[in-house]
Amino acid sequence: MKRLVSLLTSLGVVAALAASATVAAADNSTLATVKERGQLICGVNSGLPGFSATDADGNWAGLDVDFCRAVAAAIFDDPQKVRFVPLTAKERFTALQSGEIDVLSRNTTWTLTRDASLGVNFAGTTYYDGQGFLVKKSLGVDSARQLSGATVCVLAGTTTELNLADYFRKNGMEYNPLVLENSDQTISAFNAGRCDVLTSDQSQLNALRIKLPEPSAAKVLPEVISKEPLGPAVRQGDDQWYDIIKWTLFTLINAEELGVNSNNVADMQDADNPTIRRMLGSSGDMGEKLGLPADFGTRIIKHVGNYAEIYRRNVGADSPLELERGVNALWTDGGLMYAPPIR
Amino acid sequence: MSAASEHHPDLPPPRRQLGVLGWLRRNLFSTWYNSLLTLLAGYLLVRYAIPVINWALVEARFAGADASACDTEGACWLFVRERLGFFIYGFYPEALRWRVNIVFVLLAAAFAPQLIERFPGRRWLGLFGLTAFPVIALVLIRGGVLGLEAVPTADWGGLMLTLVLAYGGIFAALPVGTVLALGRRSDMPVIRGLSVVFIEVWRAVPLITVLFMASVMLPLFLPEGVNFDKLLRALIGIIMFQSAYMAEVVRGGLQAIPRGQYEAADALGLGYWRKMGLVILPQALKLVIPGIVNTFISLFKDTSLVLIIGLFDLLGTVQATIIDPAWSDVATEGYVFVAAVFWVFCFGLSRYSQDLERKLDTGHRER
Amino acid sequence: MNTTTDTTPPARRRPWRDPRVRALTFQALALAAVVWFGWTLLDNTLTNMAERGISTGFGFLDEPAGFGILITLIPYDETMTYGRTFLVGLLNTLLVSGLGIAIATVLGFTVGIARLSSNWLIAKLALAYIEIFRNIPLLLQIFFWYFAVLQNLPSPRQSVTVGEAVFVNNRGLYLPEPIFQSGAGWVAAALAIGIAATVVLARLAKRRQDRTGRGLPVLWPGLTLIIGLPALVYALAGTPITWQLPALQGFNFRGGMAVLPELAALLTALAVYTAAFIAEIVRSGILSVDPGQVEAARALGLRPRLTLRLVVIPQAMRVIIPPLTSQYLNLTKNSSLATAIGYPDLVAVFMGTTLNQTGQAVEIVAMTMAVYLVISLSISSLMNVYNRAVALKER
Repeated sequence: MKRLVSLLTSLGVVAALAASATVAAADNSTLATVKERGQLICGVNSGLPGFSATDADGNWAGLDVDFCRAVAAAIFDDPQKVRFVPLTAKERFTALQSGEIDVLSRNTTWTLTRDASLGVNFAGTTYYDGQGFLVKKSLGVDSARQLSGATVCVLAGTTTELNLADYFRKNGMEYNPLVLENSDQTISAFNAGRCDVLTSDQSQLNALRIKLPEPSAAKVLPEVISKEPLGPAVRQGDDQWYDIIKWTLFTLINAEELGVNSNNVADMQDADNPTIRRMLGSSGDMGEKLGLPADFGTRIIKHVGNYAEIYRRNVGADSPLELERGVNALWTDGGLMYAPPIR
Repeated sequence: MSAASEHHPDLPPPRRQLGVLGWLRRNLFSTWYNSLLTLLAGYLLVRYAIPVINWALVEARFAGADASACDTEGACWLFVRERLGFFIYGFYPEALRWRVNIVFVLLAAAFAPQLIERFPGRRWLGLFGLTAFPVIALVLIRGGVLGLEAVPTADWGGLMLTLVLAYGGIFAALPVGTVLALGRRSDMPVIRGLSVVFIEVWRAVPLITVLFMASVMLPLFLPEGVNFDKLLRALIGIIMFQSAYMAEVVRGGLQAIPRGQYEAADALGLGYWRKMGLVILPQALKLVIPGIVNTFISLFKDTSLVLIIGLFDLLGTVQATIIDPAWSDVATEGYVFVAAVFWVFCFGLSRYSQDLERKLDTGHRER
Repeated sequence: MNTTTDTTPPARRRPWRDPRVRALTFQALALAAVVWFGWTLLDNTLTNMAERGISTGFGFLDEPAGFGILITLIPYDETMTYGRTFLVGLLNTLLVSGLGIAIATVLGFTVGIARLSSNWLIAKLALAYIEIFRNIPLLLQIFFWYFAVLQNLPSPRQSVTVGEAVFVNNRGLYLPEPIFQSGAGWVAAALAIGIAATVVLARLAKRRQDRTGRGLPVLWPGLTLIIGLPALVYALAGTPITWQLPALQGFNFRGGMAVLPELAALLTALAVYTAAFIAEIVRSGILSVDPGQVEAARALGLRPRLTLRLVVIPQAMRVIIPPLTSQYLNLTKNSSLATAIGYPDLVAVFMGTTLNQTGQAVEIVAMTMAVYLVISLSISSLMNVYNRAVALKER
């Protein structure tokens, strides 16, 4: 018996050591849990240039990553207080449902099924995307309508798999789907010539294209076959946390609209425009209503910048992807980015 | 003295059975059929081995500044050299890698002497490797205590992660498997039934489904607020899976112990746990060390499956880097490198287990 | 054994000293613990799922799947249900496992026998094969056969071809496909008759051998029956089977039979890996036959081939079967690694895509595991039946 006891104890010690940090606070409020932990845990893509990827030193960067940093800035006044958990497409919802992560910011498309039956809430759209096709120029194809009979590489566990089937069926074309586990494998298979076409969200196609040995030998076809609003998601059942995530996003967009950016945010504190003052917390108690400090808007913009800055830095003109703003421009510029007023 | 009884020296064997020629004749060209086989195999060997050697050694590039140095048809080992840090440590912060290095040294110090029979203090080192070492290793790698900076498990990767999974898996699977084996050999029908069901179910399903379950479903099983880290979840899956296999290995050992030993222990009035703990298990476990090592080998190879649930083990790190556009087409080099690392570990261990088998085979087994 | 103590029971035996009472209590406790544990898990799961608004039940099996699958043995398109995807995945798993087991067995036996060859070079080559392939993780081998080999194959337009009938390119191996026309049934019937006749002949030969000690020739008449009869009918019926050749059309080859690279890579890796283990099993099985048996057979005047067939192999098989069974099981389970390279097996299609689209992890994982459980149990019971048939019959 003694032996068994000592054996079990030693096992228990190891298990306890390993699990010591994993039991979360009993309080159900996500905000309280995050504050107590002193860190936001954010689920991201394990490697998608422009959205979330690590550089050679292991630092995370990208549009999705910056959104997490904005949330951390709003809560802690420190954009570094985030732990990033790289997730596969398959794991992402379970990780969110189970409380492994506080917020999912992993180029995730907002759909009815996901919103209603997976137990998650989408907090808005950080990037309006659409599914497209990447082909090698040597294939001599100019339109997706010419792709009948092609072999198509597609990522497992995504909406693209369904859109692909719909599109080909709608147009009476045949195709062979090659479903792979991660985007690296899709681009490997595409590069090896195993498939004629690689389909994914257009932003991803551009990100993957620069991973090819000869990016100029491939092109993205003009057709956009689906709507893919990508945005952050949270667990159902904690409305305060849901609001915080929503309004972090709206603050980023409103800041761009109001012309507040990381350079002028200090001067804007006493701007004449009352909307700006409310957003930055120099008047009113907008922060308190969310359970955040009054100056949460200032914190976000000071550390991370407004939406335009984030966009330009990660996927826009200042990045290797060089994507146009397109539909992601502000509504005032003919785009879709529109945030409710801070009032 | 008749001439007949005079002693003549033995005649030398016929010339054709001596020397190199004789050896060749005996081993390669004994019949027309064998000669044909030899010629065919030799041709294929030369035909395929030469290009491989050419590629891997002669025309290969081992040094250079960057990818542009790989301008020949040969292998680009430079790629492996450049990325070695990532392959070994994953995302582990560079400034803290000395901690992992200490663990590597301790691991080698504890287990390498096991291969040398006369090494002084071999047993103590082994004991250290099974008791204090895991605790020290966990503290060093994970940090967060004793003033060491914490490194989240998401940053662990490469060969280090492979070893953590393999060692952690075997370390926990051995006791769990032993308990299961005892359960399966128990006189109590309920205990036996439960053990049999547990063992057979885990042995019947593929590891990958177990890993999926651990990564996707385990969080659903746990009460609200309790959560395990992803690495630990994978490890739990591996342990469950492996302990079922371990149980069968240990059971083999238990069955090999002659009945007399059980009866003798009973006669001494030992209770169940003391009988097992002091008499049966020490003998049985010693008997199945080769089996345990073999289970460890398969566990070690199986750890590569965690890349499917998004952990960066050795294979995962290589898989992630070979698509780097800066290096063109280094897939083969990357895979060959990983294969070589795994091969050295597994081949070494399998030789060790064969050695043990020979040494321990003292006719103790019941036939 | 406590029979002696039972005859003279101590005056007052405390219940917790009684081994039977203790055993019963312990079992009851263990059972209670397991039931409690299971119930807690179930309760947690149900609570969590209800709280997080995850749908439950098997209703999803009747919903349309909406995604395509690369390889399907039964008709399938994206309008069919998730239940159908389950079947498609299951059949793909069975296909790759069945083929893999067949190839691995042949390869494994060949290498295992080569390992014992008197030819030094052959024996060493077999040894090298075994030691290399069994010490490298299977997943890595699959990646190698898939990504590294695929990379070096030509595109469809530059296919390597054998007589314009067989094509190899990075889309797969394309073979001519037999097209059966009316009358093909006769050929099949002739084949069946040929096989049946050979079986009867073999039985007769064995009976005569047992009775009189003199056999009948079986091999050549059998071959004639199995090959010659269908060939004759084929010619008489006016060559009812034609071959459809694959041809390049658009992006890919159309027509003919295609072995896709995913299937080819997975099969190669599974067969090559498992064969290394089977070879070792075969070798130790053959070595386990007492050399005295061979010597005795020789002394009886049996020729080497007969010695092998009648003395060595039957005895070796007894040792070989049990570990061989577990290798077959391993291969079947390992086929689930298909998901890593996009071969649509059960795990990839059902536990992968279907799980993702429906989010019903519990039901899907349970179904998948149940399938593997059933496969495992059936393979081992089949092998048990065979094992009993070849087991030592002691008289």
